[in-house]
Amino acid sequence: MKVNMKGTLLSFMGLGAILLAGCNDKLAVLDPKGPQAQRQADDTMLLIYLMSGIVLTVLAILVFMLFKYRASKQSPDYEPPHIHGHWLVETFMIGIPVIIVIFLSFVSVKSNYIVENVPQEYEDQEPLVIYASSSNWKWHFSYPEQGIETVNYLYIPAGRAIEFKLYSYGPITSFWIPQLGGQKYAMADMVTTLHLAADNPGEFWGRNANFSGRGTAENIFDVTALTQTEFDEWVSDVHETAAPLTEEKFDELLEPGHLGKQTYTGTHLEFSPAPEHNHDESSEEEVEEDHSSH
Amino acid sequence: MSEFFAQFAVPHPSTLIYIAMASIVLGSIALVAIVTYFKLWGYLWREWITTVDHKKIGIMYLITALVMLFRGGVDAVMMRLQLAVPENGFLDAQHYNEVFTTHGVVMILFMAMPFITFFFNFLVPLQIGARDVAFPRLNNLAFWLFFMGMGLFNISFIVGGSPDAGWTSYFPLADNEFSTSVGTNYYMLALQIAGLGTLMTGINFITTIFKMRAPGMTLFKMPMFTWSALIANLIIVFAFPVLTVALAMGTMDRLWDTKFFAIGDGGMDMLWANLFWVWGHPEVYILILPAFGIFSEVISTFARRNLYGYTSMVWSLIVISVFSFAVWTHHFFTMGQGAFTNSIFSITTMAIAIPTGVKIFNWLFTLYKGKIVITTPMLYAMHFIPLFTLGGVTGVMLAMSAADYQYHNTMFLVAHFHNVIIPGVVYAMLAGLTFYWPKMFGFMLNERLGKATVWVMSFGFVLSFIPMYITGLDGQARRMYTYSEASGFSTLNMVSFVGAGIMSISFLMLVWNIWYSFKNSPRDIGSDPWDARGLEWATHTPIPHYNFAITPDVTDSTSEAFWDAKKNGTKLFKGEIQDIHMPNNSGQTFILSIFFFIGGFALVFSMFTLAIISLIGILACMGYRSLEDDHGYHIHKEEVELIEKKYDKEGGAK
Ligand code: HEM
Ligand SMILES: [Cu+2]
Repeated sequence: MKVNMKGTLLSFMGLGAILLAGCNDKLAVLDPKGPQAQRQADDTMLLIYLMSGIVLTVLAILVFMLFKYRASKQSPDYEPPHIHGHWLVETFMIGIPVIIVIFLSFVSVKSNYIVENVPQEYEDQEPLVIYASSSNWKWHFSYPEQGIETVNYLYIPAGRAIEFKLYSYGPITSFWIPQLGGQKYAMADMVTTLHLAADNPGEFWGRNANFSGRGTAENIFDVTALTQTEFDEWVSDVHETAAPLTEEKFDELLEPGHLGKQTYTGTHLEFSPAPEHNHDESSEEEVEEDHSSH
Repeated sequence: MSEFFAQFAVPHPSTLIYIAMASIVLGSIALVAIVTYFKLWGYLWREWITTVDHKKIGIMYLITALVMLFRGGVDAVMMRLQLAVPENGFLDAQHYNEVFTTHGVVMILFMAMPFITFFFNFLVPLQIGARDVAFPRLNNLAFWLFFMGMGLFNISFIVGGSPDAGWTSYFPLADNEFSTSVGTNYYMLALQIAGLGTLMTGINFITTIFKMRAPGMTLFKMPMFTWSALIANLIIVFAFPVLTVALAMGTMDRLWDTKFFAIGDGGMDMLWANLFWVWGHPEVYILILPAFGIFSEVISTFARRNLYGYTSMVWSLIVISVFSFAVWTHHFFTMGQGAFTNSIFSITTMAIAIPTGVKIFNWLFTLYKGKIVITTPMLYAMHFIPLFTLGGVTGVMLAMSAADYQYHNTMFLVAHFHNVIIPGVVYAMLAGLTFYWPKMFGFMLNERLGKATVWVMSFGFVLSFIPMYITGLDGQARRMYTYSEASGFSTLNMVSFVGAGIMSISFLMLVWNIWYSFKNSPRDIGSDPWDARGLEWATHTPIPHYNFAITPDVTDSTSEAFWDAKKNGTKLFKGEIQDIHMPNNSGQTFILSIFFFIGGFALVFSMFTLAIISLIGILACMGYRSLEDDHGYHIHKEEVELIEKKYDKEGGAK
C-alpha cells in the first residue's frame, strides 16, 4: 500500500515536471506575438495555476484519507460511524467552487469582449480588412483595399489591427494562427469575423484546424508580419509583377488539391462575392436590412 | 450486374483491411462451426436470444461492450502508431480518417453505451428489489435493435467503406459531395437503429424505477446507482429524439439530396452542429452519471461507511442533468456566435463544475472515519478521483470561451475528453465489472492481477494522454494523420504511443485475469463476498431467475437495506413464498430486429425494393404482436420452495 501511494505521488510530480519543461520550451499558444493571443495566453496561465491548485488539493485530501483511515491501521473491531453530512462542510464544498466559478465568469466575459473586438491598443486606426476563404485544401487571401489576392500565404503590416473575414468554398474549416490568436470557423453560408494583430514583424504559421477531409493535415499557410513600409512596398511589387486573377483562373484554383503559394492582382470578391448576409451578431444592421427586403 | 456488386467493394482497400476481412470471415466460420458441433443453437435460442430475463440481457450487453472495447482499442493503437513518428506512411489520410471516425463512434455508442446499459439491466431491478423490468419483452427488443445497429456499423468496414467524416459527422463534409463512399450512410442508419433501442431502454427503466420499487423504498431511499440510472434514462428520453430527427434529416440529405444541411438551396450546416450537440452533450452525461453511481457504490462499500452527503449527491445529479441541456454550444464557441452568446454558454458550462465538485468532495468525505480496504474496484475508484479531477479542471479551461479559441480542435481537447472518459467511464465500468463479477458468474476475479491491471492502466494512461495537453498547446491540431519533423511534436507523440501500448497491455491483463480466474478461482464464495451494502447482494449467487423468492420490504431500512439487515437485524423478507408470475420468452423481437438490419442495409445502398420488403416485414411483426395474447406463466410456490431449499443446503446467504 505504502509503495503504491508513493507511486501516485511520483507520477504526479513527474507529470508536473513534464508540464513545466514544456512551458519553458515556449509552446506556440504560450508564446504570443499579438494582443489577442497575449490575452488568451494570460488566461491560460491563470487557469493552469488555479486548476493545479484544485487538483493538488483534491490529491492531498485523498492521500490524507487513505493514510489515516485505511483498515490495516485500525483495530479489527472498529465500526465506522454513520455520518449524513455537516452543514458547514457542505457549505464550503459548494461555496468554494461557486466563488471560483464566479471569478472565472468575470474573467471569461471580459476576455470574450476583448477577443471579439478590435485589439484595445489598436483602436485608433481603421483595421485592415482581409478576406480569408478556404477551399479544399487551400487558403485564399483577398485584400480588397490593396486589390491583391494570395494563395496559402499572408503578408500583414505589424502594429496594425487586421479584420479577417472568413468563409469557405466547401466543408467547415477553422482559421488559426496560434501565435496571433485563437481560431474561428469559416463556413459556406456566412462570413465570420476574427480580429487579430501582430505587435512586431515576424514569421508565424497558420492552419485550418477543423477537419475537412483528406487534405486537412496539409492545409497550412505562412504568415509574415512586415513593417508598414515593407508592406506597402510588397503591395506595389505585386501590382507590378503578378498576373490578374480571372474568373476561370479562380475556378481552377478551387479544384480540390494542394497548391504552393501564389499571388494575383485583383480579388475574387469582384466576381464571386463573400456570402455576407451576416448571421453574425456583430452586424445587426445588415440583418435588419435583410428582413426589410423580404 | 458487376456494377451491383462493385458498390459493396471497399473504396480504399489496403493489406490491413484484407487481413481484417480474412480474419472476420474465418472467425465467423469458426464460431458457427463450434456452435454447430456442440449443438448449441437450440440452447442459444432458448436461453439467450429469446430471453426476457434482465440479467441475461445485461450480460449480452456486457459481451458486446467488451468486444467493442477491443475493436475500438485496436483503432486507437493504430492511430497512435501512425502519429508516433512524423511523416509516417503506415496509414494514408483516407484510412486515418476512417479509423478515427470509427474509433469515436464505436467507443461512445457501441462500447460505453452498452456497458452502462449492462449495469442498468443487471443492477437496477436487483437494487430496487424487483423481479424484472417493467417491459421485459421491450427490453429484449431494445437489445436486439442496439445489436443490429452495432452490427450494421461494423460491417461498413468490409462492405462498401467506413464513414470518414468524424464521429461528429459535420455537414457539409458529411454530405455526398465531400464524403463519397456509403460510409456516412452507414453512420446515419446504424446510429438510428441502435438509437431506437436506447430510447426504448430509457422508457423501460424510467417506468421500472418509478413503478416497481420494493415496498418502503421511497425515492430518497434508492441506492445511488439507481438514482444515477434514473437520471441518465431521463436524459436519454429527452436527448435521443433529437438525434433521431437529426439522423433522419441527414439520411434524407444523403439519399435524396434534400439539402437540409448541405451547401446551397438554403441548407444550414450549423443546424446539424446544433442538433448533434443538443444530443451529444447530454450524451456524455448519460455515460458519466451511471459511472458516478458505480463509484458511489464501490467507495461506500470499501470505506465500510455510508455515502457522505447522500442528499446533496442526489441533488447534484438532478442539477447536472438539467444543466447538461444548457451548454451544447460550448462545442462551437468558434462558430462566430459573438461575445454575448459565448459568455452565456461559458458560464453555464463552468457552472456544471460546481455539482461535479460536490460529488468529488462527497466521495472524499466518504473515506473520512472509514475503514478503507483497497480491493481492485476500490483501486479503480481511488485512481479515478485524481485523474478525473484533472480532466474536469481542463474542462473548465475549455469552458473559458475566449481561451478555448486556442484549445478548440487541438490535441488539448482530445487529452481533456479522454481524461474524463477513461478514468470516469471506463474505470467505473471495469470497477463495476470486477465488483459484480461474482454476482454474475459465481467466482471472483483474481485480486493481485486485478490491482496490477489498474496500475498498468493508469501508468499507460498518464503516459499516453498528458503529452497531448502539451502538443495541443504547441499547436498540434486533432484529426491530422501526419505532421512534419519541423513541428517539434514528435518526441511527445512517441511517448504517447508507448503509453497507448502500455494501456493495451493492461487490457490484455484483464482478459488474462478472466481466463485465469475462470480456471482457478474457488466457487464457494457465498452470495456476499465483498461484505457489501445494497439489496442486490441480498439474494443468492447465482441469482435465481425470479431474483427474490419473497419481495424485500425496506420500510425499516435506509438506502443501504442489506447492510442494515446485516448490522441491525432489520428483516428484509417478510411473509410467505407465493406463486411468482414471470413473462414468457419471445423470438419475435429478434426477427423484428433482423428486418431492421436488412432495411438499414438496403437503405445504405439505396436498394429501395428491399427496404420496402423489410418495412412490410416490420409491420407484419408488429401486427402479429398486437393480435397476440401472452399472459406469461407462473412458477408455483412449491417449485420456488424447492429451489430455495437447494440454495440453503448449499449455504447461500440470505
Ligand atoms: C485506449 C486508449 C485510447 C487511446 C490511445 C485513444 C486515442 C485516440 C486518438 C489518437 C484519437 C484521435 C485524435 C485525433 O486525431 O483527433 C481519438 C479520438 C477519439 N476517441 Fe479515443 N482513445 C482511447 C480510448 C477511448 C475511449 C475509451 C473513448 C470513449 C469512451 C474514446 C473516444 C474517442 C472519441 C469520441 C474520439 C473523437 C473521434 C473523432 O474525432 O471523430 N477513446 N482517440
Ligand atoms: Cu459538451
